[in-house]
Order: sequence, then structure tokens, then C-alpha cells
Amino acid sequence: MEIFNHNANVNFLGMRKVSIGIAVLLMLVSIALIATRGLNYGLDFTGGISAEVSYQQPVAVSDVREALAKAGMEHAVVQSLGGTKEVSIRMQPTAAMKDAQGRVNLDQVSAVVSKALQAARPDALLKSRSSVSSQVGDELRSDGTVAAVFVILGIGLYLWVRFERRFAVAALATEVHDVLVTLGVLAITGREFDLTVLASVLAVIGYSINDKVVVFDRIRELFRLARKAEPVEVLNRSINSTLSRTIITSLFTAITMAALYFIGGSVVQGFAITMLIGILVGTLSSIFVASPILLWLGVSKKDLMPQTKENPELARRP
Amino acid sequence: MSDFPRWRYFLVAIVLALGIVYALPNVFLPQPAVQVTANRNGVVDQALEQKALGALKQQNIAYQSVELKNDHLLVSFGNADVQKSAGDAIKAALGDDYTVAFNLRSTVPHWLSMIGARSMPLGLDLQGGVHFLMEVDQNDVVDKQETRYADDIRSLLREKNIRYDSVSRNAVRGQGVAVILRSAEDRTAAANAIAAEYPDLSTQDGQVTGDRFVLNAVLRPDKLREISLNAVRQNLGTLRNRINALGVSEPIIQQQGDSRIIVELAGVQDTAEAKKLIGATATLEYRAGYGTPQQAADAARTGSVPPDARLYKDRDGRPILLSKKIIVTGDQLVDAASGADQQSGSPMVSVTLNAAGAKKMLDFTTSNVGKPMGVVYVERVVETKVVDGKEVRTPKITEEVINYATINGVFGKNFQTTGLRSAKEASELALLLKGGSLAAPIDIVEERVIGPSLGQDNIEKGMKAVLIGLGLVLLAAAIYYKLFGLVADVALFFNLVILLAVMSMVGVTLTMPGIAGIVLTLGMAIDANVLICERVREELRNGSTPLASIRAGYEKAWATILDANVTHLIAALALTTMGSGPIRGFGVTLLIGILTSMFTSVTVTHAITALIHGGRKLKTLSV
Repeated sequence: MEIFNHNANVNFLGMRKVSIGIAVLLMLVSIALIATRGLNYGLDFTGGISAEVSYQQPVAVSDVREALAKAGMEHAVVQSLGGTKEVSIRMQPTAAMKDAQGRVNLDQVSAVVSKALQAARPDALLKSRSSVSSQVGDELRSDGTVAAVFVILGIGLYLWVRFERRFAVAALATEVHDVLVTLGVLAITGREFDLTVLASVLAVIGYSINDKVVVFDRIRELFRLARKAEPVEVLNRSINSTLSRTIITSLFTAITMAALYFIGGSVVQGFAITMLIGILVGTLSSIFVASPILLWLGVSKKDLMPQTKENPELARRP
Repeated sequence: MSDFPRWRYFLVAIVLALGIVYALPNVFLPQPAVQVTANRNGVVDQALEQKALGALKQQNIAYQSVELKNDHLLVSFGNADVQKSAGDAIKAALGDDYTVAFNLRSTVPHWLSMIGARSMPLGLDLQGGVHFLMEVDQNDVVDKQETRYADDIRSLLREKNIRYDSVSRNAVRGQGVAVILRSAEDRTAAANAIAAEYPDLSTQDGQVTGDRFVLNAVLRPDKLREISLNAVRQNLGTLRNRINALGVSEPIIQQQGDSRIIVELAGVQDTAEAKKLIGATATLEYRAGYGTPQQAADAARTGSVPPDARLYKDRDGRPILLSKKIIVTGDQLVDAASGADQQSGSPMVSVTLNAAGAKKMLDFTTSNVGKPMGVVYVERVVETKVVDGKEVRTPKITEEVINYATINGVFGKNFQTTGLRSAKEASELALLLKGGSLAAPIDIVEERVIGPSLGQDNIEKGMKAVLIGLGLVLLAAAIYYKLFGLVADVALFFNLVILLAVMSMVGVTLTMPGIAGIVLTLGMAIDANVLICERVREELRNGSTPLASIRAGYEKAWATILDANVTHLIAALALTTMGSGPIRGFGVTLLIGILTSMFTSVTVTHAITALIHGGRKLKTLSV
């Protein structure tokens, strides 16, 4: 079975002005969105409030979670404490829990949480409430920056050594595009940004670089094989001949993430949807953005020939 | 004729077999159990076992198995509810000499444990764990600070040659230090000196009676607040270090309110041990010896202790007098390691001090060679008792002189402390000291077993999603690439097995994000097969023979697979080294997954393909 016509020769490079234009526009819009709307940081990053509730009769954790969700507190973490009659709740404060200055008012917290829980079960009694710090602090932020720099340098260096400087630049530029656009979508939809989503964004980096390297690999191969290689033609042929692989792999990965999104429950939904966005953005940029940047940087056959062939003197030596 | 060498078949077979064996322990779910460990006075023996089982029998609680080890007793039960009531029954029967804690008993067969196979510990979100709520003793922070300023002011006045009558803390906590001088001029000079040296103190003139001129030095309120906030922050850091030393992955350590800390640990095998190490505020104090043994004996008998001294007892209960002034305390310690003393072979802890501590120790030993010095072991435990229906917490401080010896030579930064009872005690103390000292004592206010934060429903949904996702990909691959797709499916399944095996061996804590990572890995693992299959198709299209197409497909795809995966590996490595919470778990999963998938999707599929197609004349390929 084959979905794609293997003789297809779509002129992807011909639309480079349009595709790069769209990519730059998307990036600018994303930056603007992240700057103005910001990301909706979750409990892991911001800290929040913690409450302990006791029931007279045994209660199921899922019922508590449902009661909270019904009152607009969807992302509460509910855990049973010790037995079956007490639960601990951790969540971000809602607007109703804050005073006029936007500070958390613990009495309002009590009122809101008690009301939500007692609507479902009258025997719920709020035992204590307090504010908690974020689970990850500044250390994650600084470690995260170090890690990001490490990833960029590492990948750049590897591509530079294995391919050529221009490939490293093109890959990293597209990488920045993919991450920014993914974050932009998260900002516009206002999805909660927690540690799991952060992991997912970082996984998008891994995924999309993987995707680009496959196309680059083919470009290198075709440049070396072709006797007279016009860059535009080689790049077009490379994208076309890897197109079926690019799309099939994205499809397979997307299938697993879609299963997580639709069936996996609320906990992995953030991870899965971020990954799905990332897969879509990464696939499109592999096809439409990465190669035009290469062309723009002026890649040619000469850059990719092994050193010995370029220099007949060297090749003749034993 | 096959172009796949025979030794590679063996390699594939051996790796697959090992993968299955080491992934196997995850099939055996651990049983809820109650663990009994002895405190200082208790003994774990047959009698204890009989007593515990007797208590269970009395309450008609059925148990599944009993294990008696040298230092603990483990009784397992059918489910968590029985475990809870059994815990209460045993606790009531055994009293204070024993710690009764919830634990999990591994059901992995003995032969598997013998070869080092174990199951993955589950994270807080999947199986729950223990929850500690701790309170930082703020009073102690103020006490320490004020005592230190009293000492500092005393030496400052001496240095500046300002005569004083006394320097002491005011009776009320937070009221600062009272300096009593002999003239108004001295008082002004002292106030100026203090203001110049310690900007955090504000001085006020107090009462004048006869030739007693009082000067009060009080900590500024904002500084006081900063100090107590720093104490909580430092304690958070110390707890993180200690918990890392325990080897618990993905703990939750959060500050709650101004002075409380929440710690949640998953997959802790020995909750009693965890509590001991987290809540323990054991530390060492080095103090100068005081007086003669006779004086100490007299002080113990009459109860009148010299004003500059404190009365202690050593491990055998003999009285010892030590100076009130501390030379060095645990917070000046930067490193500690346990070992055995070279001469006597007795357990010891070798200690490294920071610069300030080293200077103090050097100064002291230089001027006191030939005089005695004592090492005090200070341990603080909080006991909770129910009085009139209310929980009352009383801190109990145990102080013991573990070493009292004459100073033989001058030392500063590095030295050894002997006098510990056992090698185990030495290593525990070293671990504690190394984990950093707590800026203020922490009391465990609450200790509880918590359920999984996700809830059973979410865990089931997650597992279902994983299986359905995997099934769909397997199906899609088989439809799209026919026989080659089926081969890739087999490899993908083995990839899952080997991935689980390696994760279990490394000891990765499995959490929901980790499961999401496994799904992602499986989705991407098929990429290598897609690359190979597409290449084989291309070669066939270009007119190569089937066998040549397979060979070329694998050869040409390999370079691409390697480049793509190495870059991916670099990204995964960064995730792992970032090392916090779910991110780390996810990164480790991705890292292992990339490595295993490179093996299974290239070598394993090649082996199977070679087996199927080798030595046959083929007209077409099913791809």
C-alpha cells in the first residue's frame, strides 16, 4: 500500500518566499502572544493553596475531584490521606479566592472550597487550608536555561561536524521556530503550563530535530551523488523523496499521542496536546522552512564533498 | 546465503532473553505490609514476632506472610485497608519501643532478586507514598541568633578595650542583648562600636542605676524576619540533600505557609528509616572539657553545676562536665565520611570544617594541647501525645558525650571523631552531617500514608491509552508495510520489553509523565523502520533485486538513523541532566528508549528479515 505518489515532484522551494514569510509571521505572532498573554503557569511553577478535608463517611478521591471540577477548579490535585475519610487538595487559587489587591485570602479559600465540596457531599468539613510554595523554584529555571543552551550547542556542534556549518544554523533556526510556535499556541489557548507540558515542549525539540536531520541527510547524499547539482533541484528532490517517510512517521507518532489525548485522562492530556501541536509544527517546518533556509544560506555541492575528492593531491596519496 | 553474521543472531537472542527476564519482576505487584523496627531499647526477635501476630489474632486480622530479618519484622496483608487496621493493632500492642510503619513487600520470586532483577518503583502519582508535614522551630532561630550576638559583642568589647560588667541575653526572647557598662562614656563607645560592626543591630540606652549603664542591642525586625525566612529556605535545601542521599526519586518538597514544609516520598521501601533521616536533627557539638572527673562526680551528686559548665553523661552513664561555650557546631561542617579508625579499628566519622569553623578549632587546640575536649551528640525527637483529646507535641532532646579525650596535637580543618557504637551508626551520622545541618530544628507535625494523587481511574485510563495507542500503531504498520511492517511490530514489542527491563535495572521511578514518555518513544521508535522500509521500496522501484534492495535499504538507512538518533539523544541527555521531578523521569525514559529502539528496529528487524528471506530466491518483497 502506498499513499504517496513516488514520482511526485512538488516544487517546495518555489514557494519559499511564501513559506518563510508565514514562518516568520507565525514566530512574531507567537512572541507577541507569549509576551502579552503569557503562559498559564500551573501549580508546579506558581505554588498555590493546600487544604485538608475530612468526611464523616468514606469518600472516593474521584468524587472529590469531580465536585471541585464542577465548581470550576479543574486542575486540583486530590489525594487520600491516611484512610478513606480524609483528603488533601492542592490547587491554584481561583479569582474568587483573592481579595481586591489580588492576594490570596485564606478565608475566601475556605468559603469557596467548602461550598464546592458541600454541594456534592454535605458531610465534608474543611479542616485546614494554607498556601504552599511552588514545587520547582528558581533552580529549575536556571537549570532549564543551562540545559537549553547545552541542547542547542550540542546539536549544533554535532550537525556542524557531521554535515556542515550551514546545516547546523538552518536546523537551529527552525528549532527555535518550532518551539516558539508551539508555545504561542499554548499561550493563545491558555492551556495550563505545568511540568508535564514543559517536558512535552522539550520533547518537541527532540522530535523536530530528528525530523529535520532525515531531510538533511538526503540532501547531503544527493549532492554527493549528482554530477551537476543545482541546489534548488537537489533540495526539492530531497524533500520529495523523504516526504512519505516524514508524513508516515509523524502520523504514527501522532496516533499514539492522539490515543493519550482522547483516552488517557486529564493528567496526560496537556502532554499529548502539546506534543500533537509540536508534531504538526515540526513536520510542516521540516518540509517548508528548513530547506529554504539552507538555500538562502547558500549551500552547494562543494561544501559537502568529502575532503579527499575535492583535492586530487590528497586522493592520490596512499 | 545470508549477509547477516551468525554471531549477531546470538547477540539478538541473548539480549531478548535478558530483556524478558529483567522486565519480568514488574508483573509481580508488591503487597501492602506493616514493618516493625526497634527503637534504641527494643529488640527484634521471635518474641516480638509472637507478640505482633498475637495482636493480629486478637483482632481477627488475616495476614499473608511474615518475614523476620535482623533489624525488622515485615508482615504483609491482602489489601491496603487490612494493612491500615493491622498497623493500628500492632502499634497498640508494642508500645513506644518500636516504630510501626507501612511498607510494601516485594512478591518478586527469590531467583529473580538473586540475579538483581527488580520491579520499577511507582511514583507518588501512581501508588501514593508517605506524607510528612514539618514545622520549623522559629524560636530556636531567634535563640541561636541572640546567643551568637551576645558572644560576638563580648569579644568586640574586649577587642576595643571597653570595660563592661556583663553581656547577656535579655530574659524575653526577641528582646536582644543587654550590655551593662560602667560609665556613660563607655556606653557611647560601645554603642558606636556595635553600630559600626553589626549594622543589623539597633542599640538603645537603657536604665542607669549607680554605676550600671545598660545598653540594649536589638535585632532589627526586618532582619529578624529575613533570618527566619532564611532558616526555612536553608532547611528546604538541607531536606532536599538528605532525600537525594536516600535515593528517592521525584519527591515533593514544598514550603507551606511561613514555617512549614511538606515532604512526600514515593516508593520508599522503609518509611521508618526515611522518617529518621528526614526529621532527624542529630548533630555534633565540640566543647572544651571542664574541671576534673572528681568535680563532675560531685556536680552529679549534689546537683550544683559550676556556672560556666554543663553536666553531661557519657554513653556508659558517667557524668562529665563540659564548658558552656561551644567551639564548633554541626552547621560549620562541610563534609563528613564514615570509616574505621586506623589504629583501633573502631567506627569513626571524619569531618571537614568550613573556614570559620577551622579557624576556631585551630585557635582552640593551639592554646589547649594537653587539655580535654568533649564531643556531644545532640538528637532531637518530637513526641506526640494525646492529652485531653488534643495532640500535644513535646520536643525531647537527647545529649550524650560520645567522645571525651585529651587534645594531643593541634588540628583545624580535618579531624576524626570516634566513640560511635557501630559502623552503621557512623555511616548514618556521616550521612546526616553531610546532608547539611538544619538551620533550625524541624518537628514532624504529621506523618501519613497518602493515596495515589492521580486516582485509580486516571491510572486505568492512562494504561488503556497506552495499549490502544500501541495497538493502533502496530496495526497501521502492518497494513502499510505488510510483512516488513509485521517484522517492525515484533521489534517494537521487544523494544517495549527491553525498555522496561533497562528502566527496572536502572531503577527509574515510573510516573504518569514517564508512561507518556514510553508512549512517545514507541511512536518514534517505528521511525527507523519507516526509514528502512521506504528505502527498500525505493531500491525496488529503481530496479534492484529483492535481496539487494534489503541490503541497500539497511545500509543506506543506517547513516540517517544514526544522525537522527544522535541529535535526539543529545536533547534527551539535556532533559536528564536538568534533573527535576517529572522532567528527569521523562528524560531518562526517552534516553533509554532511543538506545533500545536503535537496537531493536535495526538489528532485531534485520535478524528476522534475514531469517525469512535468507537463502531463498525471491521475485518480490512484501513491503
